[in-house]
Formats: sequence, structure tokens, C-alpha cells
Amino acid sequence: MKIALFATCIVDAMFPRTAKATVTVLERLGHQVVFPAGQACCGQMHINSGYFDDALPVVANHVAAFSHGDYDVAVAPSASCVASVKHQQPMIARHCGDAALENRANAVGAKTYELSQLLVDVLGITDAAAQLGSYFPHTVTYHPSCHGMRLLRLGDRQLDLLRTVAGIDLRNLAEPDQCCGFGGTFSMKNADVSSAMLEDKVATIEASGAELCTGGDASCLLHIGGGLSRKGSGTATLHFAEILASTMAAPVSVSGEVEQLTGRGRS
Amino acid sequence: MSAREEILDRIRAALSDQPAVPPVPRDYRRTSGLDAQALVALLVDRLVDYKANVFVEESDGVSGRIGGLLAGAGQFVIPPGLPAAWLAFDTEPARAVVDSLESPLSIARLDAMDAVLTSSAVSVAETGTIVLDGSADQGRRAISLVPDHHVCVVPVESIAGILPEALQRLDGTRPLTLISGPSATSDIELERVEGVHGPRRLDVIIAV
Amino acid sequence: MSQVSLGMPKIASYGSGNLFATEPFPQAAHRELANTQLRANLGHATRTIREKRIGVVSELPDWEELREAGSVLKQQVMADLPRLLVQLEENVTRRGGTVHWARDAQEANEIVTGLIRAEGATEVVKVKSMATQETGLNEYLEEQGIAAYETDLAELIVQLGHDKPSHILVPAIHKNRTEIRDIFLAGMAGVDPELTDDPRQLAMAARTHLRRKFLTAKVAVSGANFAIADSGTLAVVESEGNGRMCLTLPETLITVMGIEKLVPTFQDLEVFMALLPRSSTGERMNPYTSLWTGVTEGDGPQNFHLVLLDNGRTAALADEMGRSALHCIRCSACMNVCPVYERTGGHAYGSTYPGPIGAILSPLMTGIEAEENNSLPYASSLCGACFDACPVKINIPEILVHLRGKDVDAQHAKRKLPSQMDVGMTVAKVALSSGRNLGLAEKGLPLGKLAAGPDRLIKRLPGLAGGWTQSRDIPAPPAQSFRDWWKKEHVPTADTAAGTGENA
Repeated sequence: MKIALFATCIVDAMFPRTAKATVTVLERLGHQVVFPAGQACCGQMHINSGYFDDALPVVANHVAAFSHGDYDVAVAPSASCVASVKHQQPMIARHCGDAALENRANAVGAKTYELSQLLVDVLGITDAAAQLGSYFPHTVTYHPSCHGMRLLRLGDRQLDLLRTVAGIDLRNLAEPDQCCGFGGTFSMKNADVSSAMLEDKVATIEASGAELCTGGDASCLLHIGGGLSRKGSGTATLHFAEILASTMAAPVSVSGEVEQLTGRGRS
Repeated sequence: MSAREEILDRIRAALSDQPAVPPVPRDYRRTSGLDAQALVALLVDRLVDYKANVFVEESDGVSGRIGGLLAGAGQFVIPPGLPAAWLAFDTEPARAVVDSLESPLSIARLDAMDAVLTSSAVSVAETGTIVLDGSADQGRRAISLVPDHHVCVVPVESIAGILPEALQRLDGTRPLTLISGPSATSDIELERVEGVHGPRRLDVIIAV
Repeated sequence: MSQVSLGMPKIASYGSGNLFATEPFPQAAHRELANTQLRANLGHATRTIREKRIGVVSELPDWEELREAGSVLKQQVMADLPRLLVQLEENVTRRGGTVHWARDAQEANEIVTGLIRAEGATEVVKVKSMATQETGLNEYLEEQGIAAYETDLAELIVQLGHDKPSHILVPAIHKNRTEIRDIFLAGMAGVDPELTDDPRQLAMAARTHLRRKFLTAKVAVSGANFAIADSGTLAVVESEGNGRMCLTLPETLITVMGIEKLVPTFQDLEVFMALLPRSSTGERMNPYTSLWTGVTEGDGPQNFHLVLLDNGRTAALADEMGRSALHCIRCSACMNVCPVYERTGGHAYGSTYPGPIGAILSPLMTGIEAEENNSLPYASSLCGACFDACPVKINIPEILVHLRGKDVDAQHAKRKLPSQMDVGMTVAKVALSSGRNLGLAEKGLPLGKLAAGPDRLIKRLPGLAGGWTQSRDIPAPPAQSFRDWWKKEHVPTADTAAGTGENA
């Protein structure tokens, strides 16, 4: 299968290791990964901030980059960005009166999957250890992102994949469905409320006793990781793609320079 | 322009896009399919959960049960059309006081009553709800409200499984009171406390 | 007061009364967040109710079907509102009631006052009503020399404490039992000085306090949960019996109701009475629901007045994206699941309607530019918990985003100089609207890495972004973007090397 990677802007710029891990996992399964070079961002930040007119060129760019059709499915390691591609992009096109763009946006949205959706629903992965060779001998707790839970209805797809990683010690997270407080520009416009939400999320993560908190959205992990770091916590964050990419032969280590680790984590 | 005309005009203007609406999907359960025994069991379970006192009696045991429940009461109010057999226990001197549309008791008099005894129109097993509709065996709304102790008889044939079935049996234009357990409040820390302004004690006799 | 409509399409007549945030939400939230007692009370209460709601919702196999039916029924009501309102009016009138129409809060208050005066009454008992809370009826009556006694326990707590409601179902949710005990001791005449903070004792104190009022009241004022168009029947859903007292014992009953509260038929209650109690108090059914149709001779109030209130509802109805906010049945499930509400409480929203539904309803009813109501749509992380909990499927996050768009447009129309946010969004638009531009911007990543310094963390940013660094670090950016790595270093694994993987 030819799979187009939508890296998402935040992963592209801040967490390349997550995109690399996504590529690693898909190539390990024998698929060809392509990277449409015109891609940039889904437009979610502009849309959720109310800047619909400014969002239009961002949306149009994404739709153009993924409209060439030379791939079977597109994938992104982010529930939030996939939800934006599927739901918000057609809405913006409609809002701006561009029916042609709306149609193309719907077509792109229909072919776009979040990573666990692709792995479970399309590629039939039920056992990460057996099918992906995933090995990750660490204590991990899992934070399901709001948009994964409620916009994409991912259910337990990510968690089920993590459960089947060899060596992993998954710890329960209390009140997992509570938002971490990120919310894009919400974290700046309503910084106090956002911080109060983060404080509680960080507390439950620390109480889980895990070394790492994982999830499927780099933005939430950036937020949670930022809070853990400010608190001086020993717990760090790691995208679940990187846990899936980690193998016995090329394990992702969880201490030291994270960037280099990600490189080593590739098969 | 009158407020009426102006508001209706505003609404028409607001709807100038003529929104299209799909037909109402009625894919939820509208019948329960439960038999009489299951209905009684479910209703009992739900009423007990609300902290009502529940008794299941054969028809010849109803009067005795009522008598027992009202043993500690002085005068109690009844509607005009209660089945006479239920009052067999109330021997001379009779403690039952009849309230009717024609000769209603004053509020003060109702407040002095120790209890009220009524029948009921329909019940909903799934939600533990008893409906009074002001028929002659249930009386005015005030009589089942002011006294602090309500003894309510539920004839087994009046039990419906779920709400849609119950509503079909009711006339919506009668004064209706849906009762699900004794009065209660959750206003303090969302903790349920039974017994506020309505009757604090609800005894239900299911007559099978 | 409202503007006079000229019968032209879509000229909004906005609402007045208690619908406004009087300070920006972040500022109000900052203050409320500092109240640790409030946060503890709210956290405890909302957690309790959330668990109860989940319990009773999950026992129904057809919950989603009920929600869908409720949603479509309400859509139908909105689309057919003029006909249904007239039908309701005809039926109420035919059954001996009188219908009044109020354009706004002031007009509603005047109508109610006139009706109370006509009965020669100087006091009324009230059963919890959002509509009269919205119009500020109690304060208005007080100015007119009429005493209004709230009879719902939580409303009583608020009234005795000279406080404001902070939740639409449990207005005193921000108070714990000890605070309530203290309010009763200070404000309830003749209360037992030995009163403890046991909720049962507190409820009994309220019973004793209000009983004389109930038994002697001549006039009651209520709201309504539902009005059935095809029969003229009104419904009040409650728990304590204070509603039954008000709806049954006084000679005169005045019901104030928003024009959106209609349901088409009696049988339609099978949907809403399944949705409301479970979503609201987390019960299979609330203890008491009263339904009455006009006047019943010899049973209940012999004078019945129904006041139909617009007060900005038609403005909300005119907003095609936002009109579904009028589907709200005031269950409060959205605020109970909202992480923002849980931490700030209801007072931060200013309006009678707090929480997620308030953040859309208030600006829809007043216009986005009224007072500080444009700050309300931003009071959400868009986590979506409210949409999932809403029994009539109001897509609150989508409407929040829609209203943010309206706010940005309104701000741009007003402002000559761009705001800090505007500038940021313009820069981001350029960077994010082509892969090439983003690639160029990413050339600056090593600068960020430099700025992070030896501990590899950014701990303080200027301006708006400073909101982020008040409680969070930012990791040092990587030396190389994924895009750059892909171009320069990615080598497909052997078995997938069919193509270059690069295109465009």
C-alpha cells in the first residue's frame, strides 16, 4: 500500500522523531511511505481561534498537497489534526463559499486516517509485538486525547496496541478522559484555567507511577510534557508511535538526548 | 404592534432560510415486552431504590396492609371514589375523611391530616414512577401533597413497562402528577436526601 | 429594551437582563480559581453527579436513539415555532388560561408585576425558574414592593446568602454543607441554633422555614420545563415538592417561559422525560413532575397566566449555525462534565447561563459584541465532553468555534490596528499555507535550540505566549525538521523501495 504521511506542522517542526517512528512502523509492515512536500498544516489553530479567513489558504494548501491522488491512504500521527482534516476543512471551505474546495476537502478527509485507525482498521494490526516487533520495557501510562476520543471515536485502539507491546508495563491513569487543558490558543488566552487543568492531569500522571506518559497527539504531549518539566517531574512524554517503533534490536531509550534516541529507535 | 405580533414576526424573519428538518427517528424502545410478573419485580426494585416502602398484596390483603400502615395515624384523607373494600379496616369510629371537588378540605385541614390514601392511574416499572391523574380514586392534587405520609395503591394492571407505554394510557389534559419516590433533594453537595416538602413517607401497595 | 422590528429579515432583537459577562472571562476565572474552597466544592459535586449520570445513562440500551429523537424533535420545534406557539396559545386559552407575550426582560417583569398587583398580593412564592432568573424578576419585584420567596432549596440558600446562582440545576453548588449551615444560621428566622451541617437536618430546616409560606401563598410564579403545543399542557420537573406546592396550592399561578420550550405533542414527552432526569440529577426519574392544562375546576390554581418570553431567543434563532443552542432543556449535564466550569464555577460566566451552554447561549441572545460576552466562546479547550453529554446533541464545540469566528470578524470591523493575536495569525497563515514557507520557517529551529540554552528548555516567552510559559516549559526544538530529514536522509527500507517516496 502506498501511504501518504501527513506529518502535521507541530510534529514536523518540533517532534520529527514521531514522524520518523510512524514511517518506521509502516515501512516495517512493507508499505511504501510518501511525503507530499507541499504539506504544512491542517489549519486547526486558525479555525479554533476564529480566524476563518486566514485559515482558508492553510486549508487550501493542505487539500492541494493531498489531492494528487498518488497514494492509497493518508495517515497522521495526530487525532486532532485528522479530525480537523475530516470535519473542519470542509466547514471552512463552505464558510468561505468555495464549493469546489469543499468537495476536494471531503475527498481528502475520507482518505485520511489517524495512525491507530490505519493500523487497526485498515492494516489489521492486533498484536504489536507479533506483527510490528514492538518491544518497550518501561512503565507507561496512557492519556487518551479529547479529539481522539470524541471527534474520531478511536475508542481503545491506541491503548489496545500499547497493551500488546512486548515488555511494556502499562499503568492505569485516573480520570483518563479529563482534558489536559491544552486547547490550542486556549492555553494562552485562558492560561489560568488551562494551567489548573494541566495541574490535575500532571498529578494523576505522577500518581500512576509511570516513567512515561504516552498518547496519540503531539500537542497534548507537548502541553503535558511542558507541565511535567516545569514541575521538575521525573516523568516524560512520548508519542505512542515511538513505542510501537521500538524493538528489541533497536530499542528507544528513555533517558538522554531524545532526538538521537529516536534515530536509534528506527529499524 | 403588539408584543405577540412582533415576536411572531421576529421568529418568521429568523427562519427566513426555511430550515429543512428530517422526520423524527423513533428508533428508541416504545414497548418493553415484560410480563406482569417482571413488571412487578422491576417496579418494586425501582421504588425501593428511591427509598419508598413497597408491599405486594393479593386483593384480599390490601385493606389489611393499609390498616397496618395507617395504624399509627389519626385522621387521614381519602378521595371520593376509593374502592370501599380497601377501607374495610377503617372500623368505627372511622378515621378516613373524604375530600372532593364539591366539598374540598381547607389547606389548614389537610395540613392537620396524618396521612393520605389514594389509588393511582398508571405506573412505569422501568423508572419507578407512579402517575396520579385526579380521577375519583385519586382526588385533587392537594390531598396527595400536603399530608406528610402518602399510602398509594398501584393496581397491577395499571403498571406499564416503560414511559411511552404509560403515556399512551394517559389523558395529557388532566392534572397529572408523576411521583418517583418520596420528595428528595440533591442540592447540598449533590447528595440525595429523601423527604423535603412533599410527603416524606411514601408507602406503595402493589395490588396483584 | 429591544429595538423595534420593522418586519425585515434577520434584524436581531437582542436580550436584556442577566445575560452578560461584565468582565472578560479570563479575568473572572483568575479570581474564582484563587478560591480553593470553591474548587474543592465544585470538584466534589461535579464528580458525584458525573458518576451518577453515567450510571443511569449506561443502563438504557437506546440512549443514543433517544438523543437523536430529542435532537430532531427540537429541530422541528424551531422550524415550526410560529405555528406551534399559536397552537399553544389557543389551547391554553381554551382551557381557561391567559397568555401574555414579552419582547424582553423588562416587559416580562412588568407583566408579572401587573398580574401580582391585580390579585392584591404583596408576596409570591417561586419555584426555580431560569427564565425569571434571566429577567431579574426578584430584584424588579423588590423595587416594586413585592417580596418573592424562592422555595427550591438551592435557590433559598442563594437568596438567604445574598449570593448569585452558579449552576442552573444546583444554584448553590459552589457552597458546601458547612457554608450552607452558616447561611441558614445567619439568615433563617427562628432556625434551631443547634443546627448541624448534616444535609438531612439542613433540608428539614428549609421545610420548616417554607411550610407556612406554601400553605398561605396567594400567588406563585414558576418557570416551565416543557409546553405541549397540541394540548396546551405545561410541565414542571422537580424533586423537593416545592414545585407541587407552588403549582397546586395558590389561587393564582404565573408561569414565565422561553418561547423555545415547546414540544409538539404529549407523547413526545416520552423522549424528553427519558433524557432530562438522567442527564440532570442522574436519576431514572426525578421525584415529582407536575403537568397541568389551563385551569381545572376545583383542583389547583383557578387563575393561570402564561408569559411567553423572547428576550433574545429570536436573535439566537436567526443564527443558522447557533440556533440549535435553543434546543437546550436546561439539564446542566454540559457544565457537570466541563473541565473549565469545574474549575471556575458558574459566577465567572456572568450570565444566568454558565458553563458550555452559557458560553454559546449568552452571546447568541445578546449579540457577540454585548459587554464582555465575546470572551465567553473562548472559555473552552474544545475537549468536546459537553457535546457527548448533551441529551439533545447540541454541538457546543462547533458553535463555540462559530462564535469565535463572529467575534474575530466583529473585532476586525472595529479595529484600525491589528491585535497581537491578529499579527500572530497572519504570520502563521503565511508560514503554514505552503510546504515551502514552512520549510523556510523551520530553518530557524536551531535558533530556538540556541534560545533554550544548556537545559534544553524554554521557560519564558513574551506577550500572549507568556500565558503558556506561566506553567509549562517548551522543549528545545530539534536541530532538523522532519521535512528536512526526509529530503536529505530518509532511505526507505529495502522491501518498500519501489518508489522514491518523494513527490511534488
